[in-house]
This record gives sequence, structure tokens and C-alpha cells, in this order.
Amino acid sequence: MDLSYAPEEEEFRARLREWLAEVLPTLPGKPSPDDWPGRRAYDLGWQRMLYDAGYAGVHWDASPTLRLIFLEETEKAGAPYVGANFVGLLHAGPTIAAEGTPGQRARWLPPILRGEQVWCQGFSEPDAGSDLASLRTRARRDGDDYVVTGSKIWTSHAEVADWCELLVRTDPAAPRHRGITWLAMPMDAEGVTVRPLRTLAGSPEFAEVFLDEVRVPVANRVGEENDGWRVTQVTLSFERGTAFVGEVVACRRVLRELARTAREDGRWGEPELRRRLGRLDAEFRALWRLTQWNVSEAEASGGVPGAGGSVFKLRYSHARQELYEAAAEVLGPDCLDLDRPWVLDRLSSLSYTIAAGTSQIQRTIVAERILGLPRGR
Amino acid sequence: MRFRLTDDQAALRAGVRELLERRFGRQALRAAVDAPGRLDRVLWRALGEAGFFALRLPERDGGVGLGLPEAVLVFEEAGRALLPGPLLATHLAAGTVPGAASGETVVAAVDGELVEWLDAADAVRGDASGAVALRSVDPLTPLHRVTAPPGAAAVPRGPIAVPPGPEAVPTGPVAAPPDAVSVPSGPVAVPPDPVAAPPDPVAVLLTAAEQLGTAGRVCELAVEHARARQQFGRPIGAFQAVQHLCADLLVRAETARAAVYAAAVTADPADIAAARLLADEAAVQGARDCLQVHGGMGFTWEADVHLHLKRAWVRARRGGGSAHGAELLAAALAG
Repeated sequence: MDLSYAPEEEEFRARLREWLAEVLPTLPGKPSPDDWPGRRAYDLGWQRMLYDAGYAGVHWDASPTLRLIFLEETEKAGAPYVGANFVGLLHAGPTIAAEGTPGQRARWLPPILRGEQVWCQGFSEPDAGSDLASLRTRARRDGDDYVVTGSKIWTSHAEVADWCELLVRTDPAAPRHRGITWLAMPMDAEGVTVRPLRTLAGSPEFAEVFLDEVRVPVANRVGEENDGWRVTQVTLSFERGTAFVGEVVACRRVLRELARTAREDGRWGEPELRRRLGRLDAEFRALWRLTQWNVSEAEASGGVPGAGGSVFKLRYSHARQELYEAAAEVLGPDCLDLDRPWVLDRLSSLSYTIAAGTSQIQRTIVAERILGLPRGR
Repeated sequence: MRFRLTDDQAALRAGVRELLERRFGRQALRAAVDAPGRLDRVLWRALGEAGFFALRLPERDGGVGLGLPEAVLVFEEAGRALLPGPLLATHLAAGTVPGAASGETVVAAVDGELVEWLDAADAVRGDASGAVALRSVDPLTPLHRVTAPPGAAAVPRGPIAVPPGPEAVPTGPVAAPPDAVSVPSGPVAVPPDPVAAPPDPVAVLLTAAEQLGTAGRVCELAVEHARARQQFGRPIGAFQAVQHLCADLLVRAETARAAVYAAAVTADPADIAAARLLADEAAVQGARDCLQVHGGMGFTWEADVHLHLKRAWVRARRGGGSAHGAELLAAALAG
């Protein structure tokens, strides 16, 4: 067991820190959450800076340990997170890199890395959430095109996306996992309608995407027809790897701020509150170590995120909600004031036990795939 | 980063597991349950020979010369196997109390207001004068309560107390103060305040390691039972309500494992405190959930589940319970 980093890893960290200290003061101000074009420009601009400095592909070709260091240091320095580049860098990009043809890789990957194009994800549907394989958006072959009709939901950044990684049903007669195909759909195609969805936090974070006879060239298909489910698994395992590294770092900072606020408010004498924060510190220390453990496992297995991802996500999503419940306790009556810090975070933390696989689905995955319990239903 | 077991560490763990299965299998476990308070001296010396107590002593002092991570792996296995005896006190006394390292001397230690295995011990660290036997909830851990009121004269009883230090020799029937409390020795013994005195971080870490062993074992027991037990024509492990209990068992155990192993590497008191909090929770809640998965069988004396829960309760009281750890971490947060 070794928690130390190799000299070249420490060197990577030192160079990154130096670069962050140099460029972060030159960043423009953060746009407001409602300003979609502003957010797009800001996030793409940051990706372009990463590209120019040689960090653009860190999510793809760096070792798991370097990825961990990158996410840790950028968060500690207060750098922007991937934002609108999320799907391009962490979903669609890795899928295209793994499953695309040389021509597809040359066409779509450089614009993602250079911060020129935004991707969104068209997987979930109103009637296909946890049960994603039951998706019904239909694609019918017509010459060199697929003609797509249906609707997608929970699509982040749809308003400003150039491309959508889309799962469609190409063979309704086949067993449900075997009739699905992965397509890259241009968002400006005729028949695409985007309707923003407000979250309970009041922000327009998601959208519904309606598809009415949208023509997508067959050349935009990644992988074979009806092999989209397997292609997708590449993407999903990526998401559960190091996706939350920066957030754990951020949660530990919030916890220190909560302790400071409690002290300033003269509440540090309350043993119950104090110990609650102490126990949360234990929780996030453990989550950080679990991340390092999972990264070491991935390192040993050649970069493939292992089953540890589901264990981590279950624990982390719950811990994050507990953190903001404690924040509400520290805030007292101010926890009902949307203009106070942490109040919006408390609201958005509610999505963590739902998004990217509900806690219930994750527990079933852990029980069946890791513990080997018989399949239920 | 290589935060995983080295080949040597994996071999050590496998070796200890094999030794304990051979020397303290299920039959020996149940025999120990039927003879509460009796310590198997033959087994104890075998543990000594295997290096159980001398593990962290330098080789020049006749020890094995290994570190905290290896000690953690060994104590995890001990916890897993429900190995009885004052393992922690004897391990910590190795190199200080003559004979502890080899397993010849069995050492108990006063921990706050409780002492495990006092009657079976040859030596006791800390002041156990006036200790009164409890009817221990755990059939595998005899307990005494230290009840001497401050200022009362110590009554010599039981094993001879030895002061810490390499030159320590039994000094006669007078209790000596525990280490870390510098009061003059004499007939008046002051039991350490369970809240004020910070527990030894190594003791806290090895307790966490034992709890981790329990957490891992109860997860295995729950899964084994859920696979084997049939109701409504299928294994109960096919029901999501049971599946999710088992998944939570694994999540708690694996999160605690990362915290315990990391604390063994850093030896940082705050990391150790965090590891202990997580491991206590994983062991106590894990044993309770395992009991629940076992249904009616879980409530019987014959099933081993209750032994894990009761031992987890005993360990969770060490060092005055969880308050210390939470306070230590809170102080670190605010500092």
C-alpha cells in the first residue's frame, strides 16, 4: 500500500499548479447560469486554454493517476470544471475514440479537444429512465440516411450543443438490448426541437429534445447497426470512474467553510453540531481514499474503471446530501433564503441519488454484479 | 499510485487467514463460546510464534520489523475470525512487557472504565484496582468495570500491574499508573478520564482494523445466506429488499477499508480517527443488517451473527466510544 506519487507524477502536478496560477487570473468573469451562449463561450474558451497548454486530452490518454491529479489540482485552484464540454470529453468523445472509424475520429475528436464544439446526450426518454434499454425513439433506414422520430429528456446543454450522441431503436423486433444503434446527430438538423426544462432549483439545466423525421446520415453511425448497447457501455463505465474527484475536493472545502461559519456564529460550543461536522469529515476523507483505491485498481487493470465506481457513487451521493443537510443546520433560518450560500447547492444535491443511475439501480448492480446474488425482478 | 496490497501483503493476509482457519476454525470458535473467559494458552503461544505480537518490533529486538499496514491486515483477519483474547493489549505491550512478544505473557489493559480479559491476563497495564467483573454481553470477551472512586486506596487484586517502559519488571502488588498519565506511583491510582485522555492512535487504528474484519465477514455471511435460503420458491437474495441490504453492507465495508488502509499508511491521527468512525459503523450496522438478512436464524445462539455484533459493540466502546474521533476531526476542521 502506497499513497505516494511517482516523481513524474509529482512533476506533472507541479507544472500544472504553476500553469494554473498563471492563467486563472486571466479568465473572464463567470457568466450567469441563465446565459446559455455566455456559458458555452466560457466553457469552450477554458477548453481551448487547456488545449493550448497540452492538457486537453487528459481525460482520454493520461493514466488514471494523472487524471486524478489533474482533477484535484484544477478544483483546488478554483479552475472551471468541464461544463458544456462534459458530454464531449467524458461521454461521446471516449466512445468515438474507442469505437469510431479513423475517419469519424478525425472528424469529431479534434473539435472537442480544441474547444470548438459542444456535445449533448440523447439517451434517456420519458418512458426509458433507469430502464434505458426500453427506449423507443425509432430510426428507420432510408437510403443513406436514418430517419429518426421520438423524444429525449434530461438533455443538458441541448440549447447550445452542436452534436447529440443519440441512442435509437433500429430493430423493434429484436430483443431489446440488441435493437439499439448509436448515432451522432447534428443539433441543427431539420425536425429537432429543444424545449428547456427547469429543475427544482429553478435553473434551466436540462432540456427535452423532440425529434420529428430527422434525417441522420448512416455515415454518422458509430459501431454496427443494432450494436449500440455495447457501444454505450464503454461510455457509462467512463462516467463512473474518476468523474467525482473534483467534487470530493470541493465538498471538503465546503465542510471547512461550514466549520468556520459555525465558529463565527458562536455555535462551536454545540457538541452535536461539532461532531456532526467531524463525522462528515471522516466521510469525505474516506471517499477521497476510496477514489485513490479505485484509481490504483484502474491503473493495475490497464485504465478500465472497475466495479468500485458503483460503490463510490452510492456512498458519495448520499454523503453529498448529508453535507448540505448539515449546511442547513449551520445556516439556521437562513437555510430558507435562496440568496445565501449552500441553499441552491442543497437543492441540486437532491439529484445525486437519481442522476446517472438511481441509488436503487446502483444497489441492484452491486448486489448482482459484484456480490453475485441471483437476478431478481 | 499503488494504493493496493503488495504481493507480500497479500501473502501475509492469506497466511494469517490460513493459520486462523487451522488453529481457530468454527469448532474452536463454538468451543470458546461454551467456555467463556477461558483463554487458550496453546493458541496464544502459536500466535506469538507466528509473530502476531512482535510484528512491529524491530528485527534487532527479536521482532518481525513490519509496519502499521501489515499490523492492520493481521488485525483485520483476527477480527474476521472472531479470535478471542486481549490481542490489542498484548500486541501493544510487546517490547515493553517481558514475554508479551512471544505469547508467553498475556497482557490486559485498562481502557477508560473497562478492561477486557483481566482475569486471564498475567499482567495489566493501567490501574485495574477495584475492577469489578461484568456479566459481559459478548461471550467471547470477559469484561471488568473499573469503578474505583478517586482517592480510594487501591486494592491489590488479580494479575500484577506493570509499568510501561523497556526495563519494566513486575514491581509487586502495587498498581502503577498507566502510561501517558504522569502521577506519582503509590497506593492511590487515578483511572484515566475516558473523555479527556486521548487514546493511543495505534490502538485506535488496530481496533478499526478488527472492526473492518467484522464488516467484511458479515457481508460474506449475509450474501452466503441470501444465496442459500429459499422462500417463495427462490433464493431470498433474488428479492431487491434483501439485495439492497447486502449492497449497503458491501458499500460500508469497502468505504471503511479504504479509510483504514490509508490511515495505516499515513499514520495521521485525524486519518486514524476517521478510519475508526467508518469502521465502527461498518461493523455494528453491518452485523445488524447481516442479522436481519438471516431472519429468525439470526436471532438464535447457534448462528454466529450475534457473536460478530456483540464483539463489534465491545470494540466500539474502546477509547470511550466515537466522541473522541468526531471531536478530533472537528478540531482539525476548525483549526
